[in-house]
Amino acid sequence: MGIEDDFLITVGLEVHCELRTATKLFCGCANEFGSEPNTNVCPVCLGLPGSLPVLNEMAVKYAIAIGIALNCEIRPSVFHRKNYFYPDMPKGYQVSQYDEPICVNGHLELPASMKKIRVERAHMEEDTGKTTHVGISGRIHGSDFSLVDYNRAGIPLVEIVSAPDMVSAEEARDYVAELRSILVATGATDGKMEEGSLRVDANVSVRPIGTETLGTRCEIKNLNSLKSLGRAIQFEARRQMELIESGGTVRQETRHWNEDQGSTSALRSKEEAYDYRYFPEPDLLPLVPDAKITESIRESMPPLPMARRATLAQLGHGNYSRSETEQIHTCVNTDLDSYVIAAVEAGVGFKLALSRASNELAGIVSQGAEVAVAKFVEVASAEAQGQLSATQAKAVLSQLVLDPDVGVKELISKLGFEVMSDGDTSGLVGEIIAQNQIEWHRYIAGDDQLTGFFIGRAMKASSGRVNGRVFSSLLAKRREQER
Amino acid sequence: MAIIDMTALEMAQKVQSGEVSAREVTEAHLAEIRAYDDGVGAFLSVLEERALDQADLVDAKRRRGENLGSLAGVPVALKDNMAYRGIETTCGSKILSGWKPPYSATVIERLLFQDAIPIGKTNLDEFAMGSSTENSGFFPTKNPVDPSRVPGGSSGGSAASVAARFAPLALGSDTGGSIRQPASLCGVVGVKPTYGTVSRYGLIAFASSLDQIGPFARNVSDAAALLGVISGHDPLDSTSIADFTFDPSSISTDIFGLRIGVIEEMTEGISTGVAAVLADAISALEDAGAVVSSVSIPATRYGLSAYYLIAPAEASSNLARFDGVRYGLRVEGADITETYELTRAQGFGPEVKRRIMLGTYALSAGYYDALYGKAQQVRTLIVNDFSSAYESFDVLLSPTSPTVAFEFGEKADPLSMYMSDVCTIPSNLAGHPAMSVPFGFGENDLPVGVQVLAPALGETTMFAVAKTLENAAKASVLPFWRKPG
Repeated sequence: MGIEDDFLITVGLEVHCELRTATKLFCGCANEFGSEPNTNVCPVCLGLPGSLPVLNEMAVKYAIAIGIALNCEIRPSVFHRKNYFYPDMPKGYQVSQYDEPICVNGHLELPASMKKIRVERAHMEEDTGKTTHVGISGRIHGSDFSLVDYNRAGIPLVEIVSAPDMVSAEEARDYVAELRSILVATGATDGKMEEGSLRVDANVSVRPIGTETLGTRCEIKNLNSLKSLGRAIQFEARRQMELIESGGTVRQETRHWNEDQGSTSALRSKEEAYDYRYFPEPDLLPLVPDAKITESIRESMPPLPMARRATLAQLGHGNYSRSETEQIHTCVNTDLDSYVIAAVEAGVGFKLALSRASNELAGIVSQGAEVAVAKFVEVASAEAQGQLSATQAKAVLSQLVLDPDVGVKELISKLGFEVMSDGDTSGLVGEIIAQNQIEWHRYIAGDDQLTGFFIGRAMKASSGRVNGRVFSSLLAKRREQER
Repeated sequence: MAIIDMTALEMAQKVQSGEVSAREVTEAHLAEIRAYDDGVGAFLSVLEERALDQADLVDAKRRRGENLGSLAGVPVALKDNMAYRGIETTCGSKILSGWKPPYSATVIERLLFQDAIPIGKTNLDEFAMGSSTENSGFFPTKNPVDPSRVPGGSSGGSAASVAARFAPLALGSDTGGSIRQPASLCGVVGVKPTYGTVSRYGLIAFASSLDQIGPFARNVSDAAALLGVISGHDPLDSTSIADFTFDPSSISTDIFGLRIGVIEEMTEGISTGVAAVLADAISALEDAGAVVSSVSIPATRYGLSAYYLIAPAEASSNLARFDGVRYGLRVEGADITETYELTRAQGFGPEVKRRIMLGTYALSAGYYDALYGKAQQVRTLIVNDFSSAYESFDVLLSPTSPTVAFEFGEKADPLSMYMSDVCTIPSNLAGHPAMSVPFGFGENDLPVGVQVLAPALGETTMFAVAKTLENAAKASVLPFWRKPG
């Protein structure tokens, strides 16, 4: 028995989500990723003396939408100042919501297990700038110098805080994956973890099986991919278990995840924790969301992933394999469920439509390319009707993105995938029989398994242009005549 | 009459009519500054070139036949805690030496829009923390009435510049009395408007929930005109009131039947000279038909204590940005923490450090409820007590300062200095308007101001009382170099 069998793991997550507003939370600077350093800045987001914040209305609307999507109560809220010194924080404080957040008491359902994870709160705050420490350490201490980019300073964030309701690294990953799809569906964020649009802090504790009280927790900062999240939680849980097993005690502390070494290390302990001296931000008024605005956001909320998955699942009338369930997830997460629905409406079988959307189409979309719904439906229909083989259909899809103006029919013909006429097929049947006399006689004698052999030869001879179904029916007809 | 002795409105009228050019007005004041500011120290920087350029623009505008603004060609001195694009703005602190803001405060934009001439940046107690201008990081300002005495503070440079006739108008900021108290000590008019009527955008914050920009002038009508220009909604300041505009032309001098309450708590412990002036003021108001009686506003007794928790708490946060990373003074240390420490240790003066420490303590975990939290409760009590008083009274009256201008170094003990603002602080805590009007002379023939307080947005009535007082007041002050004998 391994050490993991003696302990229970508890995980709570804080997810920082960058909102997709055009401008920053308190000024008119562009909210843009990847600009030249310190170009999206002004007196307000640089915290120049005398400047004052003005709240971005769209950011509030997105925060309300997130709250609604996570089944939260939307409440009057107050911005506070969180005071601490750091070079990337131009004012010496971060404006954030503290004990009166805008969204409270929500929950999220994990897709596979239907387990409810409580969302304690979701609050608005401004992002900080970005510091690059130049030197061997890569951290502020021991660096030669540091460069600060304030383009990110003041970008609106919503921080979503879960209850400690997850019991494994896998559940934590499922939670973040589902949360991400929900956030993207609301339109509040692009959800790009690789660009830092979603950043996760994980609170991890362990306790021996049979005990009730939660163990002392450690907080791991800035986990920027699902993979890091899973690995970091696994490492940290194991570290704490081994520490307890060897007679030690876990200290409450903030820890840093080192991706290359696959380990966490202490940043600061509870004793060294900052006293943030929160107090209400006097430069802003309390934020009291208008009930009418909240209602109109609720009414215009697009269908969320869970509902969209249910819609897809209904199309195929149930009984899914694990891989099909995953395909349904993929389609919803990549916004391709509408393609499947359109294809099914056009008469394509559900499983074929699902497979082409979740595999080939999702692959194309993940590269940043797009395919029009009508074109996808046309290709899938052609495959369903036997005008294209599976291989041909995949090839057509992948070629479609190269030229957005090309029509599906045009492309099929260009690729030489046009189906052979019945007359030509009949001629091909004759040719193949002539070339394979031994097999032909065995086939006449009743060896039906040779059908595939003949189709294979015909495919090769026609460079795939022959319709297998037409060929085999003509072949069978010829046999009847011979008999 | 010499240009410098005209009222601001007279100057504007003469510039508008072409009788005098904006350049002549500006040059007259610049000459006065050159001649006498060495003995006063009102200015941290005189904007000679920029002011003359602006004056020429105004004159050119007039020659083109365009309409001129309401303050055409009128020099205005600016307290050096207001950002003015491209002009060094120091807040009276070494930590901001050399800093030139890339933007201008809303009030300055509004002055320029009305063709006024910003003529210089005036001295102040560092970050507006003080009541004598002795806490300036550069040099103290002298009272133009008596150079052995302080001008008050923190807007001492602005008050002195108007009293000295270096400018007919000035802007100050008032967090706990920083306009009214120096106005009283220098014998000029000083107004703290209702919180939210004048934009704070571009005012370097001391205590955000208390700070308010307001005018200095040598007469009530000029002060009203300046307030009319700088007040009004500003979308850049979230605490700016949306639908209020102050109309200086609506002020009457008819105060017949007006109910005026003299605040009992603020007549205790004041000097004999100040008490005598207050008594004269009360008689003058009664002569004008007002009904004057005394009123107790009990919670104002706790104003000073609450203020010295709330204001430093906000200041400790507002001043965190002065860390040597982006602008102003930077003293390199071995690492970032030491750089912060050295920069702030060398950049801030003792009073600023004292208040940052007080404020940091008041907000600390475990002390917040007992200190900052309790102070906010007192603030609510003060608002409630004022509200009760205003059920029976239209305006309230008190001395502005318990004493006349004191000597340099006289109040070395911080607490005795803090007491200078005991009459002015409650209006900031309540967010109400209040103004100081010079009414007479107290000990050593030094000027004494009377404070008129009004409920929120009660500026029009407040100015009516101020005008009545002004009409009954004795001769106005002259700078020491112009005194007969």
